[in-house]
Amino acid sequence: MSVSLTVGAYGVAFGAAAVANGFSVLQSCLLSLLTFSGASQFAVIGVIGAGGSALSGIATASLLGVRNALYGVIMAPRLKVHGLKRVIAAQVTIDESTGVALGQEVRGADEMRKGFWYTGIGVFVFWNLFTLAGALGAQAMGDIRAFGLDSAVPAAFLGLVWPRLTGNFERVLAVGCAVFAIVMTPILPAGLPIIATAFIAIVVGLKR
Amino acid sequence: MNSLWIATIGTSAIAFLLKYSGHSVPEKWLSHPKIQRVNALIPIALLSALVAVQSFSEKSKLMIDQRLAGLCVAVIALMLKAPFPIVVISAAVSSAVIYNWL
Repeated sequence: MSVSLTVGAYGVAFGAAAVANGFSVLQSCLLSLLTFSGASQFAVIGVIGAGGSALSGIATASLLGVRNALYGVIMAPRLKVHGLKRVIAAQVTIDESTGVALGQEVRGADEMRKGFWYTGIGVFVFWNLFTLAGALGAQAMGDIRAFGLDSAVPAAFLGLVWPRLTGNFERVLAVGCAVFAIVMTPILPAGLPIIATAFIAIVVGLKR
Repeated sequence: MNSLWIATIGTSAIAFLLKYSGHSVPEKWLSHPKIQRVNALIPIALLSALVAVQSFSEKSKLMIDQRLAGLCVAVIALMLKAPFPIVVISAAVSSAVIYNWL
């Protein structure tokens, strides 16, 4: 239940932010239905809202989506599904479903699979309903700054990155990338300062 | 087709391909510790950069405005271990107050 409420809040924030950044209600809802990965969706609307090209937006979103591939690697041998069921399993392979499934693993394979499917499908339904609500709400607002929506997006990103800052190394990387992106914003075309930080992460990750 | 549609469809297609490929490739391909390590760091880098750019720029110009207040309130809320909805709403409200009344 708490997962659903949190997802609902993210969904409203995403729908509203997408419309605030110029996407239509239909495009916002399609992103939630088809992309269905919060960080990637926020990234694509954020990069394009900041003036980046479609390609920069897609690249940033896709780099964030790589982790879902790794979740798939973890989940596939545990779910053992094929055909259409595998397509559905892939679509709902996200932070929440994988996290809950792994949390249930000690209680047995059945509980783990139940955790994956209930969470994945539950989040999918909530996420899409609340995206629609947020998008329609923002469309009705007019000047989004009067409602603080321009601050809701960076706050949402901050909420996504915060739990990942588990040690000093992660915190230094986060601050370093934030400063790098700000310094590069007036110099590089919009979107590139953000993508470039992924390469910083790759280099320091491989070196360490 | 405009860039918003290209972004919507392109992002969705690649997102699904990534998810599906994870379910389909042999486990040993992606379970190397270095890949795991880089994978944990990429979201930190990208999300931090997005926080910064979304808070302090408009197009390619740097600026400080009501969003700084929203960001500070969000940081305080997160330090107090507030749940996500509270973080976003408190940031939005503080930003809106400054925008409307200052």
